[in-house]
Amino acid sequence: MKVKCSECDAQINVPDDVVSGEIVTCPDCGLNYEVVKNEDGVTFKPAESIGEDWGE
Amino acid sequence: MTITLTLLYDRIRWDEKELLNSARSKGLDVKEVDVKTVIFNLNEAKAGEEYGDVVLQRCISHTRGTYASACLESKGVVVVNRSSVSEICGNKLWCTLALIRAGVPTPKTIIAFTPESALKAAEEIGYPVVLKPLVGSWGRMVVALRDREEAEAVIELRSQMNGALNQIFYIQEKVKRPPRDIRCVVVGDRVVAAVYRVAAPGEWRTNVARGGSTEPCLLTKEVEDIALKAARAVGEGVLGVDMMESPSGLVVHEVNSTVEFRGAQSATSTRIADKIIDYAVNLVRR
Repeated sequence: MKVKCSECDAQINVPDDVVSGEIVTCPDCGLNYEVVKNEDGVTFKPAESIGEDWGE
Repeated sequence: MTITLTLLYDRIRWDEKELLNSARSKGLDVKEVDVKTVIFNLNEAKAGEEYGDVVLQRCISHTRGTYASACLESKGVVVVNRSSVSEICGNKLWCTLALIRAGVPTPKTIIAFTPESALKAAEEIGYPVVLKPLVGSWGRMVVALRDREEAEAVIELRSQMNGALNQIFYIQEKVKRPPRDIRCVVVGDRVVAAVYRVAAPGEWRTNVARGGSTEPCLLTKEVEDIALKAARAVGEGVLGVDMMESPSGLVVHEVNSTVEFRGAQSATSTRIADKIIDYAVNLVRR
């Protein structure tokens, strides 16, 4: 699957077995996208940035 | 009867994929729920049914995960880990207090509530000391202070940061240890993996997120006993117990409640995800 980065227009190659909640990164500008898969198909939304309470 | 397991997440990493694969391979009915999309109606008692028999809480945001667990528990849902466990593990003060109460050896730690008393605490422990944020992970904002000058500078900076928790100063002795610590993955009453986390060159923090690497660690009786005691101290569950080899023996500095086990997995042949899924299933099979 190939999608265009909304930030820099570069092409992002997304593995076919990607699952909802996974992060894909634009190889050119480094923007992270969260994959959302539902009955309407696959969408990519800018991922949340690291919060101070993130981790183990 | 097929058991339904829900994985509650806000981001799917290698660890969560591994857990999902394991649960599916064991024939469970698996649901994936993005915590960012759910709401909890606290007045509706039955709203927990859609989550099935057991929820594996794997949120990367500690606060979100803990609060969501509390809401689910109020509806009778079994959650791994329990909200009380993640609450303790997500705050270094609560965790240290629980460890000390249970007689688990910990590094010398002092809490102070103002920059002035934080300096006093550092002097009392003796430099070098380590200043840690109460909440946070991956070694973020964990700083080693070698002398009073450094301590004054860093404590002043910390005191100017937003957030009430940043005004609580958790100061710990900088344990004289080899450039590594020991991570035990504890599942229920068993240590399923033990690894050394070796600090990256030029880095003293051993966190894998800081470039630390993992190496197999022989699970001695001493390591096992302390890891299990620490796990019991915080209320048991699926936990990452971190300990250091101090000159006077092992000391536990942290227990993690959403344990990341990719590093540990690379150093052991035991499939950690399988142990975690079995534990969650057994909780509701009993």
